[in-house]
Amino acid sequence: MSKLTQQKEKFQKQAPRQDVHLEMEIGDTIGEYKVANPRMTTRNVNAFYGKKQAILNVSLDIAKNEVISMIGPSGCGKSTFIRCLNRMNDTIETCRIEGEIKLDGVDIYESSYDVVPLRAQVGMVFQKPNPFPKSIYDNVAYGPKLHGLATDKTDLDEIVHTSLERAGLLSEVKDRFEEPGTSLSGGQQQRLCIARTIAVNPEVILMDEPCSALDPIATAKIEDLIEQLRQNFSICIVTHSMQQAARVSQRTAYFHLGYLVEVGETSTIFTNPKHKLTEEYITGRFG
Amino acid sequence: MSKKKIVDVVNRSLRKRYIKEAVFKFFGHFSMALGLLFLAVLFFTIVSKGYSALFATEIKLDIEFNKSFFSNGSSVNNKTIKNADYRKMINLALHRALPGVQGKKEKRELHSIVSDNAEYTLRDLVLENPSLISQTKEIWLLADDEVDMLNKGLTKKTSKESDRKITNNQIGWAETLQNVGRLDKNFNSTFFTSGDSREPEQAGILAASVGSLLALIITLFLSFPIGAATAIYLEEFAPKNSKLIDLIEVNINNLAAVPSIIFGLLGLAIFINFFGMPRSVPAVGGLVLTLMTLPTIVITSRAALKSVPPSIKEAALGVGASHMQSIVHHILPLALPGMLTGTIIGMARALGESAPLLMIGMVAFIVDVPKGFFEPSAALPVQIFLWADSPERAFLEKTSAATMILLVFLILMNLMAVILRKRFEKRW
Repeated sequence: MSKLTQQKEKFQKQAPRQDVHLEMEIGDTIGEYKVANPRMTTRNVNAFYGKKQAILNVSLDIAKNEVISMIGPSGCGKSTFIRCLNRMNDTIETCRIEGEIKLDGVDIYESSYDVVPLRAQVGMVFQKPNPFPKSIYDNVAYGPKLHGLATDKTDLDEIVHTSLERAGLLSEVKDRFEEPGTSLSGGQQQRLCIARTIAVNPEVILMDEPCSALDPIATAKIEDLIEQLRQNFSICIVTHSMQQAARVSQRTAYFHLGYLVEVGETSTIFTNPKHKLTEEYITGRFG
Repeated sequence: MSKKKIVDVVNRSLRKRYIKEAVFKFFGHFSMALGLLFLAVLFFTIVSKGYSALFATEIKLDIEFNKSFFSNGSSVNNKTIKNADYRKMINLALHRALPGVQGKKEKRELHSIVSDNAEYTLRDLVLENPSLISQTKEIWLLADDEVDMLNKGLTKKTSKESDRKITNNQIGWAETLQNVGRLDKNFNSTFFTSGDSREPEQAGILAASVGSLLALIITLFLSFPIGAATAIYLEEFAPKNSKLIDLIEVNINNLAAVPSIIFGLLGLAIFINFFGMPRSVPAVGGLVLTLMTLPTIVITSRAALKSVPPSIKEAALGVGASHMQSIVHHILPLALPGMLTGTIIGMARALGESAPLLMIGMVAFIVDVPKGFFEPSAALPVQIFLWADSPERAFLEKTSAATMILLVFLILMNLMAVILRKRFEKRW
């Protein structure tokens, strides 16, 4: 317990990151980070932006057909963590990843590993809706076209239709496939981005605060969608809304200043958190 | 502090703020007005001096194509038509139009009121239509440039005879011809259809325009692909913290500021002296202008690439596009309007550039319209320079007219840049 008190004091003083990471063992996660049927496994992952360390020694599994939510105060490394899962951090020049991340048992950071098929298997939905400045149809058809998933035009039409249908957008856009995707409203754009992601039929979908810019109605639609998508995909969602995490996810992971502090069943985390920081965060005392 | 007081403080500072705003606005309007004024003065002087070059004074003469001129006793063929004495036909026609001119000196003065090149005009006419032979026909022939200047009022009749090239006799004849409707100003097609000439009335802009066009074609097809590729590499692929790349970047920025004549020297040393390419040809001109335009294109293209939001690239990468695919499918189409705008502005600069072309010999006196990239030619800005340097009064209006043509091209190119940007710009 004294160790935890020390740690807490350190966090409250907003200690410089470098000092914290010298005592990495204090970041040991509370709760069971392993699962029986993992789709992705991460072990001792460290991420650095230049000299600054953004996540420390995080180990976490993502199970098949589950929704796992990442919560925690701003700058705690949850976005960085999920961006490690499809190597999106490769685009940031200064970013460096250490540790082991496996998708279906294969290390994705091995030098021989190709990121293109990885990103086809681990799709991503971003915080800000970012449809291509192209037609709605082309937005969804882009991924399948790229990977040659459709054999002909009717096949492609089929994929676009089902993807939009599953994203709950079809009824709203079926008469205007040729209009630019950017002409839609914010919530529709985000669902278009989700449709674009699921059109490639990935195994894992990473969502980085997908509802942060949306109104409650659009948010509700997307949450319904996440629930449906769970039948086929593993979903990893970063959110600032505790209620959302409680509503959509089976497991929840709490991050703090780059540490994975606690992970467990969502119901347990929200009703009976073990760690003081988790408790304080979910009860709204800080964050 | 009470609420009332805060309002007072704000109110007191208001006046000062508004004055500052008004002063700033005034300076803005003032500088804009000044800029527009200078522009107006520039256009007014050029157009007022140059528009008269669009018209040329011509003299209508009854040319008698007497058969005796064309046959050496026996038959009429192309050779005899080519060798016929057209000057004599013109002179005879002049004497018929203005009878009673006596004396060797007066005769010579009379003959010189028609342009030297008029005989070639007649020759071409007959070669084209041999049925003219044995006929008498009214034909408008170009007047000499001194008559032209007199007719346009640019030479004063009242000045002393020794101060002007045109003699009192010639002035008298010109007036007589004008009174009988045989001397008039017509549209100057020669200016648009011929090359340079020592005779102002025969000098035209076509050869220089074609030379500039050929050089610009080379410049466009070299500098855009190379510049765009360089920009894409530097922006997307080059390692961000490499000393070598930093050095290249600094040098590209420096090159944009290098005086253009240095590029001319470089072209002279490399393309002509080292590679042994011919002088005065549009191909070399294009290469030199490419060197000069490249840094501008690289810099504007990089800015255009940078302005594409990274979220678009992330979206493409997120669905599994490779780096190159994300560039070709998404970033490039969005950056293209900006890149094209930069290219056109660079090209406009290249079109107006004369210094580097002087160095590679495109300043030579070339009469013929170039038919290919490796034929000697002039360029528009150099042509302006050459004419501005000529002593004849009539070249002054040619200089201004050529400047007008150059300005028209520049405005068209800039307009194209604006239209392209408006047309292809996409919102996201």
